[in-house]
Amino acid sequence: MSDITWGLWELLLKGVWITVQLTVYSAALAAVAAFGIGLARTHRRWIVRFLSGAYFEIFRGTSALILMFWMFFVLPMGFGWQLAPMWAAVLTLGLTYGAYGSEVVRGAIAAVPPGQREAGVALSFSPAQTLRKIVLPQAWPGMVPPFNNLLIELLKGTALVSILGVGDIAFGASLVRNATAQSAPVYTIILVMYFVLAFALTRGMRAVERHAKAGIGQAPAGRSRLRPATGPTVTGATAPAEGEAR
Amino acid sequence: MSADRSTPNTPPADGTDAAASASASGQTELIRFDKVTKRFGSHTVLDALDMKVYPGKHVTLIGPSGSGKTTILRLMMTLLKPDEGTIKLGDRYLTHEDKGGKLVPASDRYSREIRKNIGMVFQQFNLFPNMKVLRNITEAPVHVLGMDKDAAEQRARELLDLVGLTAHLDKYPSQLSGGQQQRVAIARALAMRPQVLLLDEVTSALDPELVAGVLDLLRDIAHSTDITMLCVTHEMNFARDISDCVMMFDAGRVIEFGPPEQIFTAPEHERTREFLSAVR
Repeated sequence: MSDITWGLWELLLKGVWITVQLTVYSAALAAVAAFGIGLARTHRRWIVRFLSGAYFEIFRGTSALILMFWMFFVLPMGFGWQLAPMWAAVLTLGLTYGAYGSEVVRGAIAAVPPGQREAGVALSFSPAQTLRKIVLPQAWPGMVPPFNNLLIELLKGTALVSILGVGDIAFGASLVRNATAQSAPVYTIILVMYFVLAFALTRGMRAVERHAKAGIGQAPAGRSRLRPATGPTVTGATAPAEGEAR
Repeated sequence: MSADRSTPNTPPADGTDAAASASASGQTELIRFDKVTKRFGSHTVLDALDMKVYPGKHVTLIGPSGSGKTTILRLMMTLLKPDEGTIKLGDRYLTHEDKGGKLVPASDRYSREIRKNIGMVFQQFNLFPNMKVLRNITEAPVHVLGMDKDAAEQRARELLDLVGLTAHLDKYPSQLSGGQQQRVAIARALAMRPQVLLLDEVTSALDPELVAGVLDLLRDIAHSTDITMLCVTHEMNFARDISDCVMMFDAGRVIEFGPPEQIFTAPEHERTREFLSAVR
């Protein structure tokens, strides 16, 4: 490690900052897509369900890496404008992970007991009020753990952008490796860097989960719950298949 | 008697039934089912049901499970739509809209407006676990009826006092027992000041020792208000205490109806006798 000079460290730390930015922007876009598509997939009109289902299948079923190349190299040919590599990456990651996230949203909404919607009808709430006041607040705690998985997958998925020349952690690492001609130290360092970032995300999401559960009167995980039957069950997220996101 | 029926097999009993005209005494019915049929797949749950309920009357629906009792309540609450026939609440259709003299199935907006007059208490309580007790009760009056928030809270406190849960208004439903949750659910339904209250096996999910408290509360409400009740229950003593009319269902038909004294002491129909001896 002694071969890594301050300048090279700076390169890696800049990479961390780019990776964090990529993660935040992509996650924001993914969250919007996840809720938009997830809700659309429970819509009563079949055309809305069909279109959102098509989006889900297309983005789930294509390689994020190829999609990123497509956004970067093919889109300009068709439309005549060039996305900056950073935004091609954010668009790809956001839309792809948004598709996975839509499944989490759909599943968590489906897991809210039907009696809750019926009570909404019995009190004459509008469908929008029922969704906003009753269904989503109860579905939310069940979404947090699978969202955490996806967020970490997304963080690690940002390494794809180094191929487009975006200076993230992985890109910095390859520069440092070229400069020092040693693989072991630098790749060990960035392994730790990804782990620290992922761990920080997990701790953050735990806090979000505790807060969400307290909001529906459930004690934090680990303590006994009085009536577990009323709480929404944690739904299985469709985590991206291994190797697909990479 | 507050309710009568006719099926294709029997001539309509409207007005000709002595008991019916006696208690109806010129009043118009509040609820009217007209040849209502409901099928689930090939299974006919309700078969051309005719039914009338007069304002302020308490009607109990009894019968074996699967006989269509709960379906009636769910049709009333617009949780289900009838396959055939119409349901009226007062002089307005519940299931249909009158568009230029033509009856068309009701839109969601129309149903929402008219069902504000109907409240329902469910077997599984269905309180909102994401809201504390007070907000469970005030949410709909404020956001559906447009009631002033302070007024709604004041009313909620009065209702919680009625159901004996004032001490629990700041708790989440998950912190209450089943009986307490059901009493909150009753308060929540009453907060909308409905004309009609539907009670769907409200004590079936409760531990035995909690049943009496909920039933006593409902007896209280039945005797002290002029609210019209439609009640599905397996608690025959309760049915006897609060009902003006008991309707015995079997296989989607009303096979017998009458005042509770008659149904419980001298049922005419063999099927009713069998059912009553089985549940006792």
